[in-house]
Amino acid sequence: METLRKPPRPKHLDLTKIRLPITGVVSILHRISGVLLLLALPFFIYLLQLSVSNSAGYAQAEAILSHPLGKVVTVLLCWAIAHHFFAGIRFLLFDLDVATSKASARRAAGWVLVAEVVIVALLVIGVVL
Amino acid sequence: MSWRAGGVRPFVLQRVSAVYLAFFIVAFAVCMLVVRPTDYIAWMAFLQQPVIVVGVALFWLAAISHAWVGGRDVIMDYVHPDGLRVALLSLLGMFLLAMLIWVLRILLVI
Repeated sequence: METLRKPPRPKHLDLTKIRLPITGVVSILHRISGVLLLLALPFFIYLLQLSVSNSAGYAQAEAILSHPLGKVVTVLLCWAIAHHFFAGIRFLLFDLDVATSKASARRAAGWVLVAEVVIVALLVIGVVL
Repeated sequence: MSWRAGGVRPFVLQRVSAVYLAFFIVAFAVCMLVVRPTDYIAWMAFLQQPVIVVGVALFWLAAISHAWVGGRDVIMDYVHPDGLRVALLSLLGMFLLAMLIWVLRILLVI
């Protein structure tokens, strides 16, 4: 029976030695951005309600969005949408058996991060400046 | 695989809503960049077009359905005690139904 004993499993509980692969980073950020967008639903709907109520409400919605704190929230939520959008397309492509090899899944994860950084950078240029 | 099998329906709902959400976000962003409504009158004129109102209403229906499947998955992954799980799922369901009623009420009177 001695021969059936499995070799000891490697233990990497040292946090400085474990690194989440890029595919894992994209995956957990997809979940975090999704929860963030879910929790932000009342904020989005409130802004919509203000903007369509009357011209004073529209001005109030504009004031909220142009307040410094509003700008920070806008950039954060737009990051969440951009990440959820690009990472979501990657997951939908997996359903169609596209980019399912380890190398191409990693490459696609890299492109997701590049795309969202570009979108957020464009937005920051547009919103802050 | 049966349509009624556990998990197939939420899986399909999540994918179908995702495709619509992705399409809508791109289409809406392009419309906004073309029309550029910069005041209340222009914004309302833009939103009141029948195609836009229906598209926006479908967007919220898709977004809230998508949030239901995603939020449900997150709760089922991390919350294991039955009582707490049922409580959080009920809370999520009520929250999302409230959001749906609220936003449809806004869109109906636009």
